[in-house]
Amino acid sequence: MTDAKLPVIEREDPYQGYRGTAREALERYGIGVWSEVEVVNDRGSLFKGVVLPRSVTFDDLHIVIKLFNGYNVGVAADRIRSARELGYKKAHYKIPEKAFPVDARKKNVTLLGTGGTIASRLDYRTGAVIPAFTPGELYGAVPELADIANMDTKKLFGVFSENMGPEQYIALAKAIGDEIARGCDGIVIGHGTDTMSHTGAILSFMVQNSPVPIVLVGSQRSSDRPSSDAALNLMNAVRTAAECDIAEVMLCMFGPTSDNYDLLHRGTRCRKMHSSYRSTFRTIGATPLATVSRDKDAQGRHFTYLTDDFLKRDKTRVPVINPAFEEKVTIQYYYPNFNPDIIDGLSSMGYRGMVIAGTGLGHINKPLYPAVKRAIDKGMTVVMTVQTIWGYAQMYVYDTGRDLLNLGIIPMDNMLPETAYMKLAWVLGQTDDPAEIRRMLLTPVNHEITPREPHNGYLVLQGGLPEVEAFIGQHWK
Amino acid sequence: MIEKLDYQAAGLISGLEVHQQLLTAHKLFCRCPAGLYTETHDGEVLRHMRPTLSELGEYDGTALMEFKTKKEIIYLLNHLNVCTYEMDDTPPFLVNQEAIDVAIELCLAMGMDIIDEVHIARKQYLDGSIPTGFQRTAIVGMNGSLPFKGRNLTVTHLSVEEDSCREVNDKGHRIVWRTDRLGMPLTETVTGPELVTPEEVRDAITLCGLVARSTGRVRTGLGASRQDVNVSVRGGNRVEIKGVPKAGYAVKLVHNEGIRQVNLLRFREELHRRGFREPGDLRLTPFDVTDIFQGVDLGFMQRAIRGGGRIFAARLEGGLGLAQFPTQPETTFLDELSGRIRVIACLDEAPVVLSGQVMPEFPAKHRVMERLRRKLRLGEHDDFYLVCGPEADCRTACEEIRLRYVDALKGVPQETRQALVGGFTTFERILPGPDRMYPDTDSPPTRITEARVAEARSRMRPTPWERFHQFGAWGVLPETTEFLIRRGGVTIVDAVVAMTGADGRVAAMEIGQRAKALARKGVPMERLGAAEWVQIFDLLTNGQLSREAIPALATHMARNPGTDAVTAMAHLGFGLQPREVWSHRLTGLSMEDYRIDMGDSDAKRLRFLAGRAMKELLGKAPAREVADYLRSRLTQEAGL
Repeated sequence: MTDAKLPVIEREDPYQGYRGTAREALERYGIGVWSEVEVVNDRGSLFKGVVLPRSVTFDDLHIVIKLFNGYNVGVAADRIRSARELGYKKAHYKIPEKAFPVDARKKNVTLLGTGGTIASRLDYRTGAVIPAFTPGELYGAVPELADIANMDTKKLFGVFSENMGPEQYIALAKAIGDEIARGCDGIVIGHGTDTMSHTGAILSFMVQNSPVPIVLVGSQRSSDRPSSDAALNLMNAVRTAAECDIAEVMLCMFGPTSDNYDLLHRGTRCRKMHSSYRSTFRTIGATPLATVSRDKDAQGRHFTYLTDDFLKRDKTRVPVINPAFEEKVTIQYYYPNFNPDIIDGLSSMGYRGMVIAGTGLGHINKPLYPAVKRAIDKGMTVVMTVQTIWGYAQMYVYDTGRDLLNLGIIPMDNMLPETAYMKLAWVLGQTDDPAEIRRMLLTPVNHEITPREPHNGYLVLQGGLPEVEAFIGQHWK
Repeated sequence: MIEKLDYQAAGLISGLEVHQQLLTAHKLFCRCPAGLYTETHDGEVLRHMRPTLSELGEYDGTALMEFKTKKEIIYLLNHLNVCTYEMDDTPPFLVNQEAIDVAIELCLAMGMDIIDEVHIARKQYLDGSIPTGFQRTAIVGMNGSLPFKGRNLTVTHLSVEEDSCREVNDKGHRIVWRTDRLGMPLTETVTGPELVTPEEVRDAITLCGLVARSTGRVRTGLGASRQDVNVSVRGGNRVEIKGVPKAGYAVKLVHNEGIRQVNLLRFREELHRRGFREPGDLRLTPFDVTDIFQGVDLGFMQRAIRGGGRIFAARLEGGLGLAQFPTQPETTFLDELSGRIRVIACLDEAPVVLSGQVMPEFPAKHRVMERLRRKLRLGEHDDFYLVCGPEADCRTACEEIRLRYVDALKGVPQETRQALVGGFTTFERILPGPDRMYPDTDSPPTRITEARVAEARSRMRPTPWERFHQFGAWGVLPETTEFLIRRGGVTIVDAVVAMTGADGRVAAMEIGQRAKALARKGVPMERLGAAEWVQIFDLLTNGQLSREAIPALATHMARNPGTDAVTAMAHLGFGLQPREVWSHRLTGLSMEDYRIDMGDSDAKRLRFLAGRAMKELLGKAPAREVADYLRSRLTQEAGL
């Protein structure tokens, strides 16, 4: 590297993350990040290795060295008695690219990137994950994709899942419209998992009548680790985009925690239900749409459809792209002692819509009624969902519910709270006519409200019960 | 047969990686109980390991990749001892500080420098032994040494790491692991490559074990300590012999590995002599020869064909007889090929691979072999290897044969070999190097303050060498001291000496040597802790108990937990009687049955009488006084 000839201070960012005592020590001994060093401490211990960048959230007292035996140690800066640079080797963040093979007989799939690293390579020195994104990089990281489809990629933005918002939703919906117009056979969207179902919901409203599958995919274990779910999820998502019959917005993530099959969840009806499990996404109040596997089953199929109630792939269909979004919408999780000030405050700040996740069948307590009334009178649309997640808001059953209906709260049936939030924002982005708002909210676009809840739409098995233990003993967890 | 090897001439050197489970309540990165083993399971998880890109360099669809991604890994789970962390479905919790403290104590015992800020790293393993695909590990100390045979044995570093799964079985493309042990805290102590004979390796393992035991904070029993032994000879390469369960086994394993490496270096010469110098010189061509062996009466081949498999022959030009080159007594280079094929191509049906020189007998062999030679266009200096099984695996196997020959051109490949009974080893995996390690981004570093180190130092117990010195000065044999350290008896001796004022030598002998003999007879001596021994020695130092009655009393207490020494004494009818009383009971003592034909002397007569007397007087009279009494009686009788 040419940088090796440069004095440390003239190199690019030579003290990455180092502050205070640690940085002073680096300066004193003329070493910096990526220096290959020999450091001796006050006990005469010799540390030979590479100085690594330091996380800014760590203290300013230690220098991190990756020893030549592979281990990392933090050496207290004030214990260093001598240090010298043996060499300099800057990390090389480059994924090897290989031309993605194109096969005219295969379907064309576009991967839209939002910022997650669904495929990556690892920098062994820092543990940093280097995202693979271009078709060439993808082929380098997950070569099996070439057996499934031809790939084209577009990086739309680089944000973490929690930073996705209206601006990104709108850009994404437009990009989907463009790709469909260009004639692709399916779209895969790489996405962080934290808000993947939020994006699934809003895209279900913004992109309707799609001719091809639109598949959101991510990973729960980062793609740099050998046990990652990323490669399998990506392969299954690409296969879904290329070959699946379902032309809807779907999430493609692990079914069980085992490396077995992915589930295709409808964008409006699923939720992340575990903070870290691979099989975190569950369809709520219905069954998933299908399973998708890397290997064919005994009948030679990759897909097992669990329902036939879905929009079928039809490349002649013209999609409706409607990227509307009202940002002044909130979601409030009710709890005993919820203070009416909150509602008054939101109303005075100009919020136009509020989704309440109420208790039981959709309830909040009486002290809130006046504030709700004031907000609705001021023009806020207030809708009710249930914090039980499963089940319907049925506000006519108890007096409490009936009182709330009289205040003008709109019950959202079995719409999930997050889905209701996205729908309300989308509806308010288009109209301020109360009747039209109510009509649009209660007219399902894509199963966000279902008239019936099947008996197998609510399944939370209770471990420990003999019959459940027998069941999980026979099937992959 | 043991082949001789001049270790010094061969330049044999060896170093250790000693793994020791720590006695903590919980696992290293989660709150599961440590040390709770189960043989049943109530859940199974299926996973695959996908090598990350950089360790293979550029992806080229190699057989290695195929093998690794297509091995099904099954984990057996029991809710009693694993949670979602072990299954890699929950990120690590903060590292177990109790384990770090034990590790610090161990480091201090070996004079190590404690790392100021401990960083967790990931060490990649793709065999499935850890569901994440990597082991979380961290160096806690470095730069230490152990007094060893009049010199200092370098201890390069000590790390704390999580233990792996236990293998249940490994057949074809499916490996099954039990997860109970997974995640338990271990330390790995790494010595310098300074051991120069197999016997030194054995003794160093013993010493490392004693250091660990001397802290009193490590686990004992089967599998609680395991060592990997690194061996190389001059011109050879580092080979790691994994899972040596006992110090004594190391001797033969190290010796045999030395022989293996010397022979592999000779094999390299033979390859060079035949003109094989570069990988390109090795022309190995695979052929599908299933049709030739169709219907041939060889069970393993027919089983493979019935299972939808194929038979492949790989022709090596100019390779006649190479696979018969000896590597160790009773093993040849064919075993090197077989080991690699078994692991990497997943062909494990015996015989894994055959060579043209060692074809078994079968009907019409001559005709079949003739057809094979024609099909392979086998020249008179060529050889071939046969494998059978699924086609993809056969192809992987043929490629692996080539790759093993490529390695042989350079001499000894770096690898991990599994220790087998009889002092032999077999290929386990390519040796992971430092490039398989990278920082664990899930775990923050742990700062080790000087105060914490000082606290650990204050908790430290004497090291083995300090014990040998202390007990040696009392006249205790080294074996007894070693036993006491191993079984935790040293702290009991400490307590007894401190609390009863007993003679250290007597305490060490009774608690160490004699208790060891009792334990060997099946007495559950481990039930006696410091409290029980202090009770026993209280009676001794108060003059209520004679020393020779200790084993009987201890046996009774061990067999009847909860019985205190005084009650036990009463139960056994022990209690020192006045001389008049016990001597009176000896008046009738006679020499009847004394066998004069076995030789006769005063001393013999005295021993005979004393033995008879103590049968009656054990616990009631001190043996020494009884002997004095009998001696004077014998003298009197002789004088009469």
